[in-house]
Amino acid sequence: MTLLALKQLGVSLGNRSVLEGADLSIGSGELVGLIGPNGIGKTTLMRAALGLLPATGYSSLAAMSAAERARTVAWMPQDRTIAWPISVEALVMLGRLPHRPLGLAPASVDRAAVKKALAAVDLEGFEHRRATRLSGGERTRALIARALAQETPLVMADEPTAGLDPAHQISAMEGFAGLARAGGAVLLSIHDLGLAARHCTRLVLLGEGRVMADGPPASVLTTDHLARIFNIEAFFQETPEGPVYQSLRVLGP
Amino acid sequence: MRVALWLSPLVLGLFLASLVIGPATIGPGESLVALVGEPGTPLALVMQEIRLPRALLAVLVGGSLGLAGAALQGYLRNPLAEPGLLGISGSAALGAVLAIQTGLASIMPLGLPLAALTGALVGVVLISLLAGTRGGSLSLILAGIAISALASALVSLVLNLSPSPFATSEIVFWMMGSLADRSMEHVWLALPFIVVGMTMLLALGRPLDALTLGEDAAEALGQRLLRVRVLLILGAALVVGASTAVAGTIGFVGLVVPHVLRPLVGAMPGRLLPASALGGAAMVLLADILVRVILPEADLKLGVVTAIIGAPLFLHLIYQTRRELE
Repeated sequence: MTLLALKQLGVSLGNRSVLEGADLSIGSGELVGLIGPNGIGKTTLMRAALGLLPATGYSSLAAMSAAERARTVAWMPQDRTIAWPISVEALVMLGRLPHRPLGLAPASVDRAAVKKALAAVDLEGFEHRRATRLSGGERTRALIARALAQETPLVMADEPTAGLDPAHQISAMEGFAGLARAGGAVLLSIHDLGLAARHCTRLVLLGEGRVMADGPPASVLTTDHLARIFNIEAFFQETPEGPVYQSLRVLGP
Repeated sequence: MRVALWLSPLVLGLFLASLVIGPATIGPGESLVALVGEPGTPLALVMQEIRLPRALLAVLVGGSLGLAGAALQGYLRNPLAEPGLLGISGSAALGAVLAIQTGLASIMPLGLPLAALTGALVGVVLISLLAGTRGGSLSLILAGIAISALASALVSLVLNLSPSPFATSEIVFWMMGSLADRSMEHVWLALPFIVVGMTMLLALGRPLDALTLGEDAAEALGQRLLRVRVLLILGAALVVGASTAVAGTIGFVGLVVPHVLRPLVGAMPGRLLPASALGGAAMVLLADILVRVILPEADLKLGVVTAIIGAPLFLHLIYQTRRELE
């Protein structure tokens, strides 16, 4: 089942074209990593796909009503600001807003979703801590839990693993992979190509204002792409421990 | 809603206290009987024509300022936002000042509040044009600052050029804010605006909760931010414009009340809205009682008392926040 379809999606900021003719289709079961250098338009692509930015072309999400979209996709932006010192539990409960009838207290199904989401990011026991008092990594995990609690078929996250310790990076990626295996789909932007290569079922490489490559990690992380788009050389091999990727050096100008 | 449960009786108690406390020394029971009794007796006149509108206006104005402050803080995600921020109270004050200066206020019984409402309307049109429907919270703050500055400059200009010292002192006293000598006409004038405005602001609970995560996440949670912005600006303009029109400018209520109540509602901006409306009503009722009790002869102004209560409370809160951060 297709959960996200983009056709010829284009975005211009001012007079500058940031993204041109992006085609992308994500079906259930996929964990898609969106990769590319800084400023190439990963965030722009995701925001335009969500309908948060004016864009040309077609996005299946932007075509939905706001309420329908909120039950189809959960979005975790890069901005980790939490404006008020609310409890972690209340923060994660915000993910239940699209499912809750107006004016009613959270139902048992909402509480169960929050509990499950907190367990998924290893934040059990943090329910009554103030969200603004968490460390950077804990805050990121709480915000991942917030997106998970929305219980949507599609989850989109902007650099969800940035700032996490190695154990939580791996468990976050495994959590996303679990969502995909359960019939959902995940699209996340990621700079850690090692994590991306190991956990994503598919990588989408942005470069030169368009989708440069799209496919299984091995077909995207080629020597040529790494050199042309990232300007680096890397070690990437299938090993008994699974695929292993390590960036090695910056290529000359 | 636990907070509302104990704030409601507090407001009710202060409302009754406001009805029975006054320069005419009459027993509380007797006063309340006269309030609902046959009109015509002097006591009934005092209760029905003087004390009742005063207490009702304290509730309406206080509720308006508390609610508008909480809504603006929630929308701008800034605990320093207050109802005057949008420039509405400033432009309402300008309208009122012009009415006093031109003599409109003395010709027509409701000339002053009507002129103030017109000023608020001009202010809200200006802020809508300046801040627009798109653009983040910053454009709204900047537009509000510009309008406030312009309105206060024009008020100064009126004072500056005023040929009559009586008009000047009337303007100065009016701007301190007061609920003395208001009639039921003032209540009926302000009530529809305040009811409509409060309804709009109270509908913002859910979007403001979602905005805790930022504008992007709130929109992805299904909140339509354009609608939120329009409801916020219009709702705040209605309640603040109508309050300023009948009571003058009363500071610190919209700033301090949400700040005091925030920890009691788990910092949730949505739950803070009804709590702040009740808290604002309680604070203005209390201040208006103090005005009558502390210096009954001196015509102490309400805005002066709210600032005197509010500022130290605010300083204490800042001190507390600072200690928590250390």
